Amino acid sequence: MTTRDTTGDAVSEHSDRSEHERMKNVRPPEWENPVPASRYDFVIVGAGSTGLAAAHAAVARGAKVALVERNLLGGTSLNIGCVPSKAIIRASRVCAEISNAERYGVYVPPGARVDFSELMKRMRSVRARISRVDSARELAARGVDVFFDEARFTERDSLSVGDATLRFKRALIATGARPDTPAIPGLAESGFLTNENLFELTLLPRRLLVIGGGPFGCEMAQAFCRLGVHTTIVQNVPMFLPGEERDAAQILSDAFARDGLAVRLDTMAVSVRRDGTEKVVDLVREDTRETIVVDAILTGTGRLPNVDGLNLEAAGVAYDTTRGVHVDDFLRTANPRIYAAGDACLEYKFSDTAEASAHIAVSNALFRGRKRLSALTVPWCTYTDPEIAHVGLGVREARERGIDIATFTVPMHDVDRAIVDSETTGFVKIHVMERTDRILGATIVGSHAGEMISEITLAIVAGVGLEQLASVMHPYPTESGGIRQAADAFVLARHRAAGGAR
Amino acid sequence: MTSPSDDDALLDELQRAAFDYFLLAVNEANGLVADTTRDGSPCSIAVVGFALSAYPIAVERGWMSRDHAVALSLAALRFFHDSDQSGGADATGYKGFFYHFLDMRTGRRMWASELSMIDTALLMAGVLTAREYFNADDTRESELCHLADELYRNVDWRWSQAGGATIMQGWKPGSGFLHYGWEGYTEAVLLYVLALGSPTHPVAPDAYASWTVTYQWENLYGFDFLYAGPLFIHQFSHAWIDLRGIRDPFMRDKRSDYFENSRRAVLVQREYARRNPGGFSGFDEDCWGLTACDGPRGDAMPSFPPGTRVFGYAARGVPYGPDDGTIAGWAPVASLPFAPEIAVQAVRTMLRRYPEMRPGGRYASCFNPGLAGADGGCWVSANHFGLDQGIVTMMIENHRTELVWRLMQRCSYVVAGLKGAGFRGGWLSRVTRRRA
Repeated sequence: MTTRDTTGDAVSEHSDRSEHERMKNVRPPEWENPVPASRYDFVIVGAGSTGLAAAHAAVARGAKVALVERNLLGGTSLNIGCVPSKAIIRASRVCAEISNAERYGVYVPPGARVDFSELMKRMRSVRARISRVDSARELAARGVDVFFDEARFTERDSLSVGDATLRFKRALIATGARPDTPAIPGLAESGFLTNENLFELTLLPRRLLVIGGGPFGCEMAQAFCRLGVHTTIVQNVPMFLPGEERDAAQILSDAFARDGLAVRLDTMAVSVRRDGTEKVVDLVREDTRETIVVDAILTGTGRLPNVDGLNLEAAGVAYDTTRGVHVDDFLRTANPRIYAAGDACLEYKFSDTAEASAHIAVSNALFRGRKRLSALTVPWCTYTDPEIAHVGLGVREARERGIDIATFTVPMHDVDRAIVDSETTGFVKIHVMERTDRILGATIVGSHAGEMISEITLAIVAGVGLEQLASVMHPYPTESGGIRQAADAFVLARHRAAGGAR
Repeated sequence: MTSPSDDDALLDELQRAAFDYFLLAVNEANGLVADTTRDGSPCSIAVVGFALSAYPIAVERGWMSRDHAVALSLAALRFFHDSDQSGGADATGYKGFFYHFLDMRTGRRMWASELSMIDTALLMAGVLTAREYFNADDTRESELCHLADELYRNVDWRWSQAGGATIMQGWKPGSGFLHYGWEGYTEAVLLYVLALGSPTHPVAPDAYASWTVTYQWENLYGFDFLYAGPLFIHQFSHAWIDLRGIRDPFMRDKRSDYFENSRRAVLVQREYARRNPGGFSGFDEDCWGLTACDGPRGDAMPSFPPGTRVFGYAARGVPYGPDDGTIAGWAPVASLPFAPEIAVQAVRTMLRRYPEMRPGGRYASCFNPGLAGADGGCWVSANHFGLDQGIVTMMIENHRTELVWRLMQRCSYVVAGLKGAGFRGGWLSRVTRRRA
């Protein structure tokens, strides 16, 4: 069944078997909210990554838990974020592999094509399968009272869910975030896509404009380009992924150019107008103007915390619409009974950070924990090709804090496995405190950077120094061998320093 | 095996050919110098800075008369001094800065270019070089010194911070300051030194520290150095400032200096070429030099093999590229002061293998050993670039006599700028003690 969404573009409510299964898991049509307990140990508002992780953790430790969701269990990550986007990226990588097959001596017969319908069917199947883990029935079976409705605080220790009132000893706000759409004249009238409706597309647009060069914009721009869409990406500052290592952002720009993506850095989309089925977009860079015509526009310009409609004032919870719920380092709000975690309150809006913050909140709220958010070591990854992964401090951040930092760099073109795979774009950069082997952070750019960064994250968390990593065996040949090569370089430099600088 | 006198003869030949570019490309009426030998090339203000620095060298070497050098220098200084500083779309400059590209005849802005902070700094470095050299007690040289002083003092370096912590890269009349700042180590050491040394409009005292906080000290291929990819970054500031043995706070922490850093950058370039990750023809330990330069363009050369990726003009760098197998033949020459043996070896090897890289006896902007050129040799850029000829002229001279370094050691503005940036030690301490 095809409908018109807020975009005005053709999107669809898919009634295939996968969607039926997903909805059965994340919002069962026949679901009836349970009769509330007289008082809950823990009421969680929002059942995305944060809320689900908190529910599991709390109920596993014997707490009486209520979980309230106004939309779908799994939130952004499962339904309209990480899971569906990575499924599309996987298909786009297949396209890239086919395009580059001759490099490996493999000749693909003419006629290879993208069946977008099948691609999206697979995406929905993947999404449905992952939705089984945290289905409403599964949660209920584990002892969680699952409520589907809007939540609204009524007192400092209670909230309403439909007609019911839930009283709590402690509560957690885990309402997540939503796309922050740019205020471009004509954009709303012309129609646009966000992550909230992108995954309902039924047809590949012929020409796509992506506004925003953050992780989501970059991932989707490259993916749709590789699927054969003539794609332009516009970023209003001079580099993609602001905050990432400059070389990483430059490598990404080069990769985009190689893929045939039209890159417009330091460029603003200043107006949009509709001309029949086409969208006409004016772009401005410095004092030059350009007009492009596309069939669809996707925005990826950040996310805003969901704090509206919760009546947080009644609960004595401080917040604003930009930062979200105000919390201290223990994730406690202005009301000591109420905590917040995940995208609703954090600067880093990642699924893994959301889950980690949920565990902190549960420990602190229910079990008198004193765990601090600032103690988290947060890795992240942008799933472009190459992937760009980071953990810990960057060079600039360290130097601004007065930390003397040194970096051990191994280009991927020196890593045997990368050479074997002809995937030599990228690097391993590991930052240590100067004249020590203490790892402060790392950036990895490579085909499997997201997998590799975990080793550095573990080293930081466990206090394993770079010198010790040199003695850790790595299977040969793997790209993670690059990490050991960086550690070897450290050891060599230390020996050299002991015997005189090179 | 070559003797030192053989090397000197070769360097003399290369330096003279490079210098002659300026005599060929200058408009004697206004002192402006063309950016490149392309038809219709505008003037680049940075190339004028190199020209002003090259004239004293030519006088010393007897390649031009002092009278001629003063005439060309005066023409340029008079032009800039009297130019339209309204900041209009077809003016010449604003706030003491100048647009990057100017019409060779009228001196007005071309190509909608930006008011360029770094290119103005390169121009001012040349202006101050002329001021230090042409200081004879006669009317013309007095005027030259006066104009040079006024031009430098007119630059409103503080304005170029746009209220921020560091210097912006440029400004345009229609849209204001560019969004680009200086991030990571670049040739902007010279820019900051000149901006800090100004007695009239210096940048804020902490501007240099705010920039250097973006530096990255890396261990790459076994060498510890302040990282920057393109080789020219490791050369340009050194064309004017003798950075041997003087250290800013960053280099004191790292127990190095910028000169030693450039030596290591040369070794990294050489090592990259030896490893040759792109598998390009010709690259080896004696054939290297990835930097900002011209390059082949796919649309212009349909004869290139299918799938060849070429980048045209680009800031090629090590180790992340872009790298399309294009090498700047002059880059090793401009590295002479840092690593003379290695550089001379590369210069000789590359000239022997690819003599076509010097059409007309002068280094072309670049060549590509793996791509065929029109006349049976390898692909060679059809153009000479003023920046390349300038850096070659100056770095050979610094290697041979240290003339430019000595001139700028006398420049009180440069000394003040270096001290303002926190440089200590070496010749700077001696100069400071003498003045005290």
